[in-house]
Amino acid sequence: MEKALEGASVVFEIFGIPITETIVSTWIVMAVIIIGAYLITRNFNKLPSGAQNVAEALVEGINDFTVQTMGEKNRWFAAYAGTLIVFIFFANISGLFGLWPPTADTGTTIGLGVMTFFIIQYQGIKNKGIGTYLKNILLEPIPIIFAPMNIISELATPVSLAFRLFGNILAGVVVMGLIYSVVPVGIPIPLHIYFDLFAGLLQSFIFTMLTMVFVSMATETE
Amino acid sequence: MEFTEFAVAAFAVLGAGIAMLAGLGPGIGQGYAAGKGVEAVGRQPEARGSIITTMILGQAVAETTGIYAFVIAFILIGLANGVLG
Repeated sequence: MEKALEGASVVFEIFGIPITETIVSTWIVMAVIIIGAYLITRNFNKLPSGAQNVAEALVEGINDFTVQTMGEKNRWFAAYAGTLIVFIFFANISGLFGLWPPTADTGTTIGLGVMTFFIIQYQGIKNKGIGTYLKNILLEPIPIIFAPMNIISELATPVSLAFRLFGNILAGVVVMGLIYSVVPVGIPIPLHIYFDLFAGLLQSFIFTMLTMVFVSMATETE
Repeated sequence: MEFTEFAVAAFAVLGAGIAMLAGLGPGIGQGYAAGKGVEAVGRQPEARGSIITTMILGQAVAETTGIYAFVIAFILIGLANGVLG
């Protein structure tokens, strides 16, 4: 509980820049994903076997899911969606291995939210044209008076995405900390399955799916 | 300890508890969505996949207020801890 209240602690400093546990766990997660991806895709065969089956099923599943949610013209988005879901899932379950989950830090989640925000705005401008884009924000549904509300609602998207992920994972960390301080042995094991594995998978799925929905809303030209 | 410090800490913790009353809303909302989802699956079992996806999406959005409340409660407990040193 105390650990969760303090947040990620500083491990060491490089040239006065504090390197927190969040950054270290992010590096570990990145290393696991990069090395894993390299090892699995190193020698692909015509006839898939072993890990290749898993990788193909994952890529196919993400492609199908993207097309199902966003339509055939947005198939390109599967690359970003896949990266997002894999990174957030590994970040969420890193708590299982005694690391501080990077997603239980507002730094990581707001970073992801801001990336989504810029994709939404860029796609909105690209697909609707700068004129329609500005008109939608400034002149709909009542000219000028509603512009601040439209801008706030645009800015609320990344904030709500970021805090949803952050809150869910931090809640898991806090509850697990409380349980560990009462019963340190036995009882926490099944709860880890729920708070780390289930919530971790669900939240990575939800973050990705909401990103897809927002982006496909931005790319829609009525 | 100064009385004011104690009062600040006490009210911060009390406020955290009150903030978590917001947990009621998402609970009711998500339960309602899940119930409707079950009804929909009962009526159209072949559309199970897309019903579950839509249900989870709606529940995730409904959850937002509860998560905000949790973040606020957390900040308040952090404040109380900071005041008490």
